[in-house]
Amino acid sequence: MEIREITIIGGYDKNGNPEPVREVTIKRGEIVGVVGPTGSGKSNLISDIEQLAQGDTISKRKILVNGKVPPIEMRRDPKKRRIAQLSQNMNFLADMTVEEFILMHAKSRGVYRENIVDEVIELANRLTGEPIKKDYNLTILSGGQSRSLMVADVAVISDSPIVLIDEIENAGIKKHEALELLAGYGKIVLVITHDPVLALMTDRRIVMRSGGMQKIVETTEEEKEISRRINEVDNWLLSLREKIRLGERLTYEDVTLAVKE
Amino acid sequence: MKVAIIAGTPGAGKTSVLIHTIKTLINDGHKPVVVKIDCLYTDDDIRYKKLGIPVLVGLSKDMCPDHFAIYNFEEMVDWAKDKGDILLIETAGLCHRCAPYTKNSLGICVIDATSGPNTPRKVGPFLTSADIVVVTKGDIISQAEREVFRERVLEMNPNCRVYEVNGLTGQGCVEIAKEIIESSDIKELDNEELRHNAPLCICTLCVGETRVGKKYHRGILRRIDGFMKYEGE
Repeated sequence: MEIREITIIGGYDKNGNPEPVREVTIKRGEIVGVVGPTGSGKSNLISDIEQLAQGDTISKRKILVNGKVPPIEMRRDPKKRRIAQLSQNMNFLADMTVEEFILMHAKSRGVYRENIVDEVIELANRLTGEPIKKDYNLTILSGGQSRSLMVADVAVISDSPIVLIDEIENAGIKKHEALELLAGYGKIVLVITHDPVLALMTDRRIVMRSGGMQKIVETTEEEKEISRRINEVDNWLLSLREKIRLGERLTYEDVTLAVKE
Repeated sequence: MKVAIIAGTPGAGKTSVLIHTIKTLINDGHKPVVVKIDCLYTDDDIRYKKLGIPVLVGLSKDMCPDHFAIYNFEEMVDWAKDKGDILLIETAGLCHRCAPYTKNSLGICVIDATSGPNTPRKVGPFLTSADIVVVTKGDIISQAEREVFRERVLEMNPNCRVYEVNGLTGQGCVEIAKEIIESSDIKELDNEELRHNAPLCICTLCVGETRVGKKYHRGILRRIDGFMKYEGE
């Protein structure tokens, strides 16, 4: 089935009141942000979409695919669900090597391709500082390595028309590259973020409070321009971080140059 | 009467899953009753009683709780007969080498995704002979790891239906309730059979031998090098 759009039908917030936003439709090629304080229910919204909730979660939301209730097989079987999710939970518990894990996951998704392991690892290593090797045990990977591996996994193995991302800025990885990799072409992307650069890279953002969708804010041209500018500040900060990482010393010159620009 | 037997590793969330499932069953107009089998201690009956349904507790003491459940199958069904239309038997299980499921009951295995994707390979017939495998705690691991876990379950039991359930919120329990409602009835208790045999047999340790020496043991003895022999009459 070709997925053209998904619709979120509003349910109830934490206090049992109907959510102010009753319906949101997200079409292919759109990136939508989800913003709000911690504990406001952002992750729950994402997980409702991941499970294609039908009024059976705490929020009582319903998720429609192409305007219809998705078939039961799509809810039951991850091979048919075609939703990739990057959650905050990326601590690996599986006692197996990176290679075994990639092969198992590819199998569970029905992806059979030669060199899939190298493909995923190579991509992951573009996003992280310390390279991952295929005979590493999953449980020894650092937070950044785990997240890079998951981003690469989503891009290569779980390559799905719907991509849900939960706060990649906490990942200690190159987030712009990561988002570009994940968004791809013609996908439906939802990004939970506290990061102004990422939030303003989206077309609209759903504002969450006490478990409910409060309103939807469209990103203005002015905000997109602001996003580009703070992106420069972000890159400048990254360059300082890189210098420190490489054991170099910072001088006033590093700071004044940036301010003059 | 419909009978569902729920087995699973300790702490996987059998009781929590059942409580949410029972709520759905009651809302649907059914009359579920519960038997809880454990070894030494349980206070799960207090949780079940809060739902206003009949609850029976069986403590197997030093016997395998799955065996205990099987020996008492007729008693449990008799007890349940005039109290409700669905009997849910929750059994603790110890070694997971046997499975308490009978041919006409619905076998539900509850297993915890955080126990790692090798667990489905380690737990034996209670997973491999189940109709339904309920995977809990998936919300605290990554999607990829959840999918790998599911794949391992299907490798071990290709005919089961896997459900990811959240024991805290009850998400997914509506489907479990639906499976129970759609399962077939047990009609003839006399001819009801186990789906899988119990492991080997009773050994001398099972009947109270405490001496370790090899010469004191009778029955089927399996050596660490794989050699197996029968000692005794």
